[in-house]
Amino acid sequence: MSIRLHEIGKHFGRTQALEPIDLDIAEGELVGLLGPSGSGKTTLLRIIAGLETADNVAGARILFGERDVTHLHVRDRRIGFVFQHYALFRHMTVFDNVAFGLTVMPRKSRPSSGEIRSRVHRLLEMVKLEHMAHRYPAQLSGGQQQRVSLARALALRPDVLLLDEPFGALDAKVRQELRRWLRHLHDELNFTSLFVTHDQEEALELSDRVVVMSNGRIEQIDTPDELYRHPANRFVFEFLGDVNHLEGTVRDGVLTCGDASLAVDLEDGPEELLLRPHELELAPSATQHAHLPVCVTAISPVGAEVRVELEADWLGEPWLATVSHADYERLHLTRGTRLYAIPRRWHRFPDERTQQTAPTPETVS
Amino acid sequence: MSSRSFAIGLGSTPKRVLPGFGLSLGISLTFVSLMLLLPMTGLFGQLAGLSLAEYWAIITNERVVASYVVTIGAAAVAAIVNAAFGLLLAWVLVRYTFPGKRLLDALMDLPFALPTAVAGITLATLYSSNGWMGQLLEPLGLQVAYTWVGIALAMSFTSIPFVVRTVQPVLEDMPNEMDEAALTLGASDFTGFRRVILPHLWPALVTGTGLAFVRSLGEFGAIIFIAGNMPYETEITALMIFVRLQEYDYAGASAIASVVLFVSLALLLAINIWQGRFIKRLHGGHG
Repeated sequence: MSIRLHEIGKHFGRTQALEPIDLDIAEGELVGLLGPSGSGKTTLLRIIAGLETADNVAGARILFGERDVTHLHVRDRRIGFVFQHYALFRHMTVFDNVAFGLTVMPRKSRPSSGEIRSRVHRLLEMVKLEHMAHRYPAQLSGGQQQRVSLARALALRPDVLLLDEPFGALDAKVRQELRRWLRHLHDELNFTSLFVTHDQEEALELSDRVVVMSNGRIEQIDTPDELYRHPANRFVFEFLGDVNHLEGTVRDGVLTCGDASLAVDLEDGPEELLLRPHELELAPSATQHAHLPVCVTAISPVGAEVRVELEADWLGEPWLATVSHADYERLHLTRGTRLYAIPRRWHRFPDERTQQTAPTPETVS
Repeated sequence: MSSRSFAIGLGSTPKRVLPGFGLSLGISLTFVSLMLLLPMTGLFGQLAGLSLAEYWAIITNERVVASYVVTIGAAAVAAIVNAAFGLLLAWVLVRYTFPGKRLLDALMDLPFALPTAVAGITLATLYSSNGWMGQLLEPLGLQVAYTWVGIALAMSFTSIPFVVRTVQPVLEDMPNEMDEAALTLGASDFTGFRRVILPHLWPALVTGTGLAFVRSLGEFGAIIFIAGNMPYETEITALMIFVRLQEYDYAGASAIASVVLFVSLALLLAINIWQGRFIKRLHGGHG
């Protein structure tokens, strides 16, 4: 079922946690709410769930499909909610936890106990925990507990599934596994789901679309691909990955910063350029366009690429570059190696504050 | 695992990392011996002068048995009332914020701090036929002072903190997410409370109620003024002990006291064992 929000805002006392927000989520979509802590993403999710009430203004509305749920109690909204810390009922077995929603239904609409049993077993099969049915939550690992909590949320066949940092309390490997598993489950059952995360990698990997939030505002809504390639503003660009800064003054098409210089096609004046680590090339000599002398201070050769930390007198903060293992060997990189950084492309978000309505990032390849 | 490898590394005497074990345990045991075991030994010493038949005769004396009934009955009523209202008080103190919350919280300890005799005199004055409450209740046919209702009232006054103070911390530790989860699954407020919150508080509530009950069994000062002390009707067991002592019948007093002691100990032990099982389940022991 689709979710539509109109003018949903929230004040806690006098502080505004959420500026009035409009958001449309199509049926069957898996959408990530991404933002740093305090960005209002959890508040928004809890308002949709009905665990928090939005500011009572005339236009504020929440629709699930055609159903107006703005003033419905959480128990009548037909949502499934997954909590960061699982919130399993610790005194009940796994089976009873999953069955809970079915057993508390009013007697008239409640399925028979045989029907409940078979439904719970199907759910447990789906989360691959049927052999754990009679265990207590404390006897399960974190990942297993979160799967129980998901089965419990799906038991009532909710219209929408809401997940609050579902993998936040798990270690990296389990998180990866559960993420993939949730994606499969979503594709299979095709429910509409919305999840909150502060992990950009998780949001980009899992979502059909990502809603990036900061300070109670939506910064951008886009597919992961669009978001990464065309960030709407500097916040989004910086939040979605590691960023290197280059600050300097442009004169006659050359940006200088201490003894570093870079040919740029910009007007004279102070400039700040942003560069992604993978957009930096390392070379033993400078080129005609780029003279950026750096010194290697740390190397981390774990993973598909080698991460190299670079420092220089003209740099405020160290830079990060990622190079292929082949390049790493070819350049004989060790700590203290002196070489030159050559940007393949860079980004700038000029006059962010004055042009917030339609910021058009400029990129040069 | 680390302690095992430690033991292997250091030969047969594993060293403890936390300091002060010998000293602190030694002092604790000495203290327990002096404060708890010595008086109890004294009690049993007194009993040694009695033959089994004499002992049995004393503890099954008709008037004494009547006092058991009064004491246990009133204590049970007081404990049940305290379980309900203690839970409510703890709930209010943990779940809501309101002006005067700190004051109410502090008031909970008053029965502990107040000399029980003071409480007894106050209650007796309040509920006697010309006291404030007595004046209101008597026309309704409700006699509190000098009946077992008065006894139960005094008992529940002195023992309410036990329930509040054992339930409160457990309730504080219980995440809000638990009842939010119940609500998202469609449970009504009452069902959520009954099936999610109450089972969680159950061990603490039973312990608190058990402590309140045991405390009520032995209460003397608060009850004696309001009880009226009519033989077979409003005499409590503690009074029977007191009477024996006044007659210099130490053996008789000890005999009755030993009954109270056994009942209390058995109850506390039973609660502890039961609670141990419950908690094991919550923390992942065997099912």
